[in-house]
Amino acid sequence: MSTPVPARIDRRVAIKWMLSAGAGALVVGLPRLGAGAAPAQGPAPAGYGVDPQLLAPHQAGDYWPLTFTDALRRQAAALCDIILPADEHSPSASAVGVVDFIDEWVSAPYPACAADAKVVLAGFIWLDAESVKRFGAPFADASAAQKLALCEVMAPEAPAGSPLGEASAFFRRFRNLTATGFYTTPVGMKDLGYVGNVPLARFDGPPADLVEKLGLTGEVAW
Amino acid sequence: MAFLSPEDVSEKYDVIVVGSGAAGGQAAYTLSMDGAKVLMIEAGRNYDPRTETAMFNTPDQAPLRGASTPDKPFGFYDATVGGGWTVPGEPYTNASKEAGREFKWWRARMLGGRTNHWARHALRNGPYDFKPRTRDGLGFDWPISYEDVAPYYDKVEMLIGVYGSNEGLENTPDSPAGVLQPPPKARIGELLARQRGRTLGIPVIPIHRAVITRPMDHAAIPAKLHPGNATAQRILAEDMQNRAACFWATQCGRGCAIRANYQSTTVHLPPALATGNLDIVVNGMVREVSVGPTGKASGVVYIDRASGREHRASARVVVLAASACETARLMLNSKSARFPNGLGNSSGLVGKYIMDTVGANWGGQIPLLESLPPHNEDGAGGLHVYAPWWLYKEQAAGKLGFARGYHVEFGSGKSMPGPYGPVVPEDEGRTGFGVKLKEDARRYYGSHIGFSGRGEMIPNEDSFCELDPTAVDKWGIPVLRFHWKWSQHEIRQVAHMQRTFADWIEAMGGKNTKRPDADGTHAIANGGFIIHEVGGTIMGSSASNSVTNSWSQAWDVKNVFVADGGVFASNADKNPTLTIMALAWRTADRILDEMRRGNL
Repeated sequence: MSTPVPARIDRRVAIKWMLSAGAGALVVGLPRLGAGAAPAQGPAPAGYGVDPQLLAPHQAGDYWPLTFTDALRRQAAALCDIILPADEHSPSASAVGVVDFIDEWVSAPYPACAADAKVVLAGFIWLDAESVKRFGAPFADASAAQKLALCEVMAPEAPAGSPLGEASAFFRRFRNLTATGFYTTPVGMKDLGYVGNVPLARFDGPPADLVEKLGLTGEVAW
Repeated sequence: MAFLSPEDVSEKYDVIVVGSGAAGGQAAYTLSMDGAKVLMIEAGRNYDPRTETAMFNTPDQAPLRGASTPDKPFGFYDATVGGGWTVPGEPYTNASKEAGREFKWWRARMLGGRTNHWARHALRNGPYDFKPRTRDGLGFDWPISYEDVAPYYDKVEMLIGVYGSNEGLENTPDSPAGVLQPPPKARIGELLARQRGRTLGIPVIPIHRAVITRPMDHAAIPAKLHPGNATAQRILAEDMQNRAACFWATQCGRGCAIRANYQSTTVHLPPALATGNLDIVVNGMVREVSVGPTGKASGVVYIDRASGREHRASARVVVLAASACETARLMLNSKSARFPNGLGNSSGLVGKYIMDTVGANWGGQIPLLESLPPHNEDGAGGLHVYAPWWLYKEQAAGKLGFARGYHVEFGSGKSMPGPYGPVVPEDEGRTGFGVKLKEDARRYYGSHIGFSGRGEMIPNEDSFCELDPTAVDKWGIPVLRFHWKWSQHEIRQVAHMQRTFADWIEAMGGKNTKRPDADGTHAIANGGFIIHEVGGTIMGSSASNSVTNSWSQAWDVKNVFVADGGVFASNADKNPTLTIMALAWRTADRILDEMRRGNL
């Protein structure tokens, strides 16, 4: 990519921007917040354009710089893995690149991603502050039981403007990003029982015993 | 002869075809297979689905897991190149920003145009659809009937390959025996929708789609399509052998490298190029049709997108196939002393009566489809079944409160997981995390069904396009300004769709998480959003009530023809592409006849 990749943004700088910029100014992505408020970042990164190369597999960071610091990556990984932990069917979310995906998402120069970046970064700040307040350690360093307890606080739906509104919106958004990142990988697809995307000589429709079990045998007309 | 740069274009052409999609591809195919020398000018870049289609890529190989973005609104792997809802440097405007008054215009800038990504739904208009005013007093009758078009539907279906069945339903035409390819088996959710739809009186039958489920019958079809033309038969037979049948994987919207579905670039253009009669200039943005001293078109003026330089090309006949609105724009921009209001616009009707398809969606979760054993449901990369409009009698009796019908497209099953929304939807009250979320995902994945209503819009005086008085594109060419307004016929139709779909969800044992919108105003998709825009150069019975005659020939300029959806005098609920191709073939036959007679 021709866009120069700036150094990763220091988390303290990010927090400072967020606190000083005010909610209304945060509708753009984190990288763009730098304009005028932080060391020179070069031009705002563009998207991948209307005619991107489709065939070669892409890596997060190919088109626009990622923005998570190491500390944010640890926090994101910890939260991802509470949301989708390893079990007997599949590994945890962070094991299949979900942190890279979420970093790519909140760093992307598209309006929907920028709106999510605002929610996610505010949530990270809330989560660490709450963790320190309750347990004396940032979220990533809290015990498994403490992490779980914090997620139980955030998970119920809370109206915007209520004390837990921001945390609840963050958790729901982060949960969906985590699930999207996980289930769109071959590992996640296998866990779901998606068995397509392979060429077949013929298409036979659903198995006959399933059709019969659902009482649909009479519907098979062609 | 093949792909030329503007500098290599000579003056030897019989016909210039502007555009390379369904209309341009079909017109160029028919003309060149019959010996006419054709120059096709496409505004976008060259594009080869055989080498550019990301057939098996998974979402994790794409930026943002392939999610929709302003750069690729239908997702990263959608075939559309160079466009979408916006095209860089080529704006359009809306006269009103009011809710329900906006028109959205999808454009591609690539060889083959929008045929590269379309849904491949290939439905025939029925007899009623050509004479709607006769039936209910609204809109316009076409100057042609189903019988005029039917032979061309047959030919197009044989040429491109269409799967489906003949069910003998009202205004849902059958094809002659042997024309259609076998339809694919229905998926489990489709079978359930069929069974439960019956309790509501809704028929579910195989849809017709331009996907081949068997190899093309290269021994028989060429002789039927090109009787007495040994060269055309040989070329088509060879080309048909290079098309593979569907291998039951990958979404058609990405395009098809094995040429199992129809796109202009895989079906129309290869044999047309093989005749040696077709030249193609890509990256050529046609600005206007030029007019000679006698008032006939002399050719076109176009901008080479690469250099920005202006070029001219000349021919005996000009065929406009740039898409309905782009063709109207081109005619409005073709101003001369003789045609001060634009070419072919003595009626003042160029740009008028733009219609889209009426669209609304509804979805639900079906407990019966939870936790089903894994099996491959990819199928033909799109719909296998649909519900054609079924309430003609109730409508004719005035019982529905809206005049025209809709068909229902629906999707279900374990399709490839993508970045389309929560895997386990929260609006169904499932907000868990941890191992529970993984269990829920396994249980609920593939248990949803989504319905899309696709209905007929009646042309009206408030839905049209014109040249914006000030805005221009990056070459200084005036751009379109759209005006849009739905009538109560469309808004009530959408309310009916939503009620029907909610009932259908319940009939399948599902529960609706919200109530249907009682008046339809909020549920109706924006104009243009279904990407079925037609009209703007409608055909009619006289030069005062239409832009083109029954041969899609401009009333005012006899060597200019419109091959795209611009000529539609109504927009039946049936997806327009098959009718565009049938009419383009018919128009091309007329051009060939008139050239032979010395009339062009």
